[in-house]
Amino acid sequence: MNIKRKLIMVILLFFLVNIPLSTYESLDPSHAFSPRILQKGATGEDVIELQARLQYLGFYNGKIDGVFGWRTYWAVRNFQYEFGLKVDGLVGDDTKEKLIRASKYDRNYVLEQIRQGRDFTYYGGVPKEQQVERGNNQQAVQQKPVQTTAVNVPQGYSQNDIQMMARAVYGEARGEPYVGQVAVAAVILNRVESPSFPNTVSGVIFEPRAFTAVSDGQIWLTPDETATQAVIDAINGWDPSGNALYYFNPNTATSEWIWSRPQIKRIGKHIFTK
Amino acid sequence: MLRWIIIGILTIALVGVAVWGYQEHQEKNAILIQAENNYQRSFHNLTYYVDLLHDKLGTVLAMNSPRSLSPQLTEIWRITSEAHTEVGQLPLTLLPFNKTEEFLSNIGNFSYRTAIRGLDEDPLTEDEMKTLEKLYEQSGEIKRELRKVQYMVLENNLRWMDVQLALVTEDQQQDNTIIDGFKTVEKNVKGYTEGMANTALNGVMEEPEEQNVQLPGKKIDEDQLREKIHQMMQVNEGTEVKITETGEGSDIGLYTVSFDQDGEHAYMDFTQKGGYLVTMILNREVKEPQISLYQGMQKAKAFLRELGYTDMDAYNSVQYQNVALYNFAYTKDNIRFYPDTIEVKVAMDNGEVIGVSARDYLIHHKDRHISDPELSADEARKEVNPNVEIQEENLAVIENDLGKEVLCYEFLGTLGNDTYRIFINAGDGFEERVERLKQTEIDFGAAS
Repeated sequence: MNIKRKLIMVILLFFLVNIPLSTYESLDPSHAFSPRILQKGATGEDVIELQARLQYLGFYNGKIDGVFGWRTYWAVRNFQYEFGLKVDGLVGDDTKEKLIRASKYDRNYVLEQIRQGRDFTYYGGVPKEQQVERGNNQQAVQQKPVQTTAVNVPQGYSQNDIQMMARAVYGEARGEPYVGQVAVAAVILNRVESPSFPNTVSGVIFEPRAFTAVSDGQIWLTPDETATQAVIDAINGWDPSGNALYYFNPNTATSEWIWSRPQIKRIGKHIFTK
Repeated sequence: MLRWIIIGILTIALVGVAVWGYQEHQEKNAILIQAENNYQRSFHNLTYYVDLLHDKLGTVLAMNSPRSLSPQLTEIWRITSEAHTEVGQLPLTLLPFNKTEEFLSNIGNFSYRTAIRGLDEDPLTEDEMKTLEKLYEQSGEIKRELRKVQYMVLENNLRWMDVQLALVTEDQQQDNTIIDGFKTVEKNVKGYTEGMANTALNGVMEEPEEQNVQLPGKKIDEDQLREKIHQMMQVNEGTEVKITETGEGSDIGLYTVSFDQDGEHAYMDFTQKGGYLVTMILNREVKEPQISLYQGMQKAKAFLRELGYTDMDAYNSVQYQNVALYNFAYTKDNIRFYPDTIEVKVAMDNGEVIGVSARDYLIHHKDRHISDPELSADEARKEVNPNVEIQEENLAVIENDLGKEVLCYEFLGTLGNDTYRIFINAGDGFEERVERLKQTEIDFGAAS
């Protein structure tokens, strides 16, 4: 009798957790990390598993978001220290094996919460339904691919800064080769550094008459992935323009003054100058 | 009857168009006035700040005690920054006004550096006082010129929208008082900066480091460069390799190499002297990751080794979708040299190195004589905020706020949920820099 009741409870619990799942994938006990070594900066499903397992053991208190950031890094190191492993912050075979042996990972539960965009935690020994933020269970179930809920951004910049620069680059140089787009982004950053220009990215972009794309409204076009990549490259230190502060299209340039600037090089249709 | 109906309809249409046109006209005017007002505000603010700057510089000259000097110098720093912002709001980009902006930011730098250095122990030198006097005089002249322009703007109701128009149409005949006024200011400032070559201000001007770079090696010619490229990477037979030289504006003479092959566009910059790789960008579509961030790092390291950079240590790695980025710093005797950095990008689908940026390394790298740290790690640790839990430590050389290279203890520590990087000067224990490390952000697109 007692056993039966327990069984019912378990089944009920099981359904409770999995109600939003339209297709139920069987819990695969053998599922564990791919053989790749994880290190700080990595993203993806392996990192979700890593964070979940570390949280299960109480080493990681941050959000399970699939990005191996600083908090995950310290959690890994603490884990390695406690379990007598080499403390290097790298998640290789030894660390993975110890983790798998010490913790449980309910992949369906974790991925489902991420898919639903819920706030949740995954501590061991706490019933799962207490770890999920209630309220938005009504959301339609979408079978979108699991993605990380955070992104890496270069130090000192937010996604929105990148987006704004990408708009400027796209408006100014969308027909240009990739290198030309990186160079335009680099010019924006060189201006931020230069004492003769405003000191912020938005100040430089929206300086009156600085960029034609801003004056004629092309900046409000939606940038493509290439422009965004070009901006990230430029922020990370690539500068094919050779430290230029200006550039112009020789076919359309109206100002005589711009021709008097010492020229550095030509990329695509643009001439880059000091 | 029909005729009257048509006349009626046409009349109504005519009135309608007239009303619509009038409204559009009103709207356009309202927007123009608003834009004009923005320009006017910036301009009048600018003149006000320059005036104030002149005043404050005068006050500083008459001051004696460091205790009142420091706040005044900080105030000057703030005013220059405000003035600088206002210049940035005016449609002056096509007008040469750089020298004035640089002049403002140099005053700012000078006052900031003197204000923070602790004037109690280290008072202003004779030279610095002379510099201040000069700055006072020169800011006075700028102020006079700007006030003159302002007077004419107010007297004749001059509009900045006209300046914009004049600049766009490049109408040389049309004589615009505002443009002329600003040109006069610029000409004067240019005069001072040339005449100030030997003053103390010279030391604080941001020196274009690139101009002083001495790279070892001889100038190479295009044939040698071609050979080098073929050694470095697989170039198919028949691929046209374009090589161009940079123009006079480039601080370092460069060769730019570009070619297309197998759906990949390659772009590289080499120094003419010594033939060092400065920038490399290989542009192609990168597919789903097949290798790990760690394997990519090994590839990046191997690539650098082939280029001759043996003592490089990766201090940061980040994955951006299918591309891995690594920051390498020159490391010798367990000291990390943060000025000498190289960034490497690796495609995670096949491990190919698709980007290198070695500019910082080439500009900063030199033989250095690093003396042993005077403080021990434990002594330096005491200078760190006791609430920060230190996790890692090592020695590093960084460029401090004054642009000098200093040997520091680098501590990585956590406080609450955040990770910090703290540099403590290994000579005197000064806390040179504290950074909050932030590398990830919620994906707003995914969260919604």
